[in-house]
Amino acid sequence: MMSGRVIETRKATKHYVMGDLVVKALRGVDLTVTRGEFVAIMGASGSGKSTLLNVIGCLDEPTSGTYLLDGVDTSHFTRDEYAEVRNQQIGFVFQTFNLLPRTTALDNVELPLFYDRSGRFPDPKAAAVASLERVGLGDRMHHDPSELSGGERQRVALARALVNNPSIILADEPTGNLDSRTSVDVMSVFQELNEQGITILLVTHEPEIAQYAKRIVVMRDGIIVSDRQVWDRRSAARDLESMPSADEPVELEAQRE
Amino acid sequence: MLWPKRLLTIAFKGLLKNRMRSLLTTLGVIIGVASVIVMVGIGAGAQADVESQISSLGSNMIMVFPGASRHGGASGGAGSYNRLTLDDVDAIREEAVLLSAVSGAVRTGAQVVGGTGDWNTSVMGVSPEYPSIRAWTIQSGEFFDERAVRSRAKVAVLGATVVDELFPNDDPVGQQIRINKTPFRVVGTLKAKGASSFGRDEDDTILVPVTTGLYRLSGGQYINMMFASARSLDESDAAIEEITGILRREHRLNPGEDDDFRIRSQAEFIEMATETQQVMTLLLGAVAAVSLIVGGIGIMNIMLVSVTERTREIGIRLAVGARSSDILIQFLTESVVLSLLGGTIGVALAYVLTTILNSAVGMTPLVNPGIVASAFGFAAAIGVFFGYYPARKAAMLNPIDALRYE
Repeated sequence: MMSGRVIETRKATKHYVMGDLVVKALRGVDLTVTRGEFVAIMGASGSGKSTLLNVIGCLDEPTSGTYLLDGVDTSHFTRDEYAEVRNQQIGFVFQTFNLLPRTTALDNVELPLFYDRSGRFPDPKAAAVASLERVGLGDRMHHDPSELSGGERQRVALARALVNNPSIILADEPTGNLDSRTSVDVMSVFQELNEQGITILLVTHEPEIAQYAKRIVVMRDGIIVSDRQVWDRRSAARDLESMPSADEPVELEAQRE
Repeated sequence: MLWPKRLLTIAFKGLLKNRMRSLLTTLGVIIGVASVIVMVGIGAGAQADVESQISSLGSNMIMVFPGASRHGGASGGAGSYNRLTLDDVDAIREEAVLLSAVSGAVRTGAQVVGGTGDWNTSVMGVSPEYPSIRAWTIQSGEFFDERAVRSRAKVAVLGATVVDELFPNDDPVGQQIRINKTPFRVVGTLKAKGASSFGRDEDDTILVPVTTGLYRLSGGQYINMMFASARSLDESDAAIEEITGILRREHRLNPGEDDDFRIRSQAEFIEMATETQQVMTLLLGAVAAVSLIVGGIGIMNIMLVSVTERTREIGIRLAVGARSSDILIQFLTESVVLSLLGGTIGVALAYVLTTILNSAVGMTPLVNPGIVASAFGFAAAIGVFFGYYPARKAAMLNPIDALRYE
């Protein structure tokens, strides 16, 4: 199982019924991801990339087709079994961070362990501290999200995704709300985690962010239209060194949105 | 199922983040629980007051009045045909086993002269058992005995009001008074009893031996009424049966003929009074219970708002692996904690209120531990009942919809 297929969708479809209208968000997706991969899923909005990520993350069920997670068919899972999978095998990172407000970074990171029934974490607090240190936030753990910068919030979210030792981390536009320097900074954390053997699936519409992945899957209208390895892969850590740091004067033109 | 400790932690964290709102929500339950306890307490206190007032008249007392005679179906009105005699009293005294005492009573209005005063009062001829039946105690001197009754002695025992009118300064015992010009010797005085529950001054009376009253003062052969005391309140009804049987035989009434006497017992009065009081207590309690329910609806209201407001939080929890049951129990725990908190503060408030009522207004609310327990239990039940709907609503949310909620 170790080197096997972590994610395998076969002819996965997802249809949403909105009144009289049926929206076909996924129209037969075959995607296989093996352990240790770093996949960027790209596509215009409405291409179905987020829906695919939700199906893979067991947040949503496919309408038809099968989805095997670690070789286990999830199509007949109950609501509780999906919750169990999310709790034990998957870590999520969202564009809007989705941290609990008025709750310290440490408590936010500890949250998934509240719902852990496996007994793997006899000391949840220590696990949460370790996870925060892993993303370089060991000194900010008693701060509320409102006291943290965007990059720091996304690091807290990453620490939360990591805390249960998931086999996969799923990230939906994790740099969408960050400026370019912070984006690269966060990507360097993703790359580092991938180096440590964690499988990462990342949805983005920014080609320069996708360049940090090992493989790029492009979707359009609910199907995969291109799937290729990245030849000219960039290192976020190296890019960061060549970027102007936050306290250097920035030219006015660069701030134009 | 998660550890209860974790659940409580989650619930308390949720409530502490919204301190003001939590407190305002519990206010409804606080007022509800406190008012249930205080209202029922006031009702029970009033009931106890009435009961003790009635039993001060002699709680096992049975009264026998002469009944109306019937002439061809037309009632002549109560007492129009007076047929209670001292022989009836003697028959009952000898035969009745369920009675501890019985006394005939002859009442006459009389002008009394003695000491420094001149006073119109009612003179009652009674047996020596009378004070024990009426739960009346002797203030000074002594009550007359059976010998005085047999000899129709001209001795009198004075009520407190009469003492005040005739002998405001000296001890009346041993003094002479004149009742309707007949000289009597005062042998004792009665302890003041105050106004009866019907408003008459009970102390404005003079007691003389029943035979003296009957033959020397009223000059008749019939007594006005009989007082008797059942051995216990429970045997009151049986004792009435017994008296009825003896009197019907003495009066030679045929089966099917109406009684020519009426019997009233203190038990009836108590029953009537407590029934009225119970209705009052029930009413007060019902009004208070309504406020408790309104408090519960307040909790539901806030929990529904809370679910909507925290939709994203629920989405996050679901995304990191919370089950529906975890969310359900989290919100249910929050509402139960809220209502139990309200219940606890409500009980404390009720304690403070009853203490204030007691010392400031002089009311004596009786706080029944059973009522406290059931008000508290009711509060908890309200938490579960009114918390369930919002909690279920939260638990059934779709994780993706919840996460996207703005």
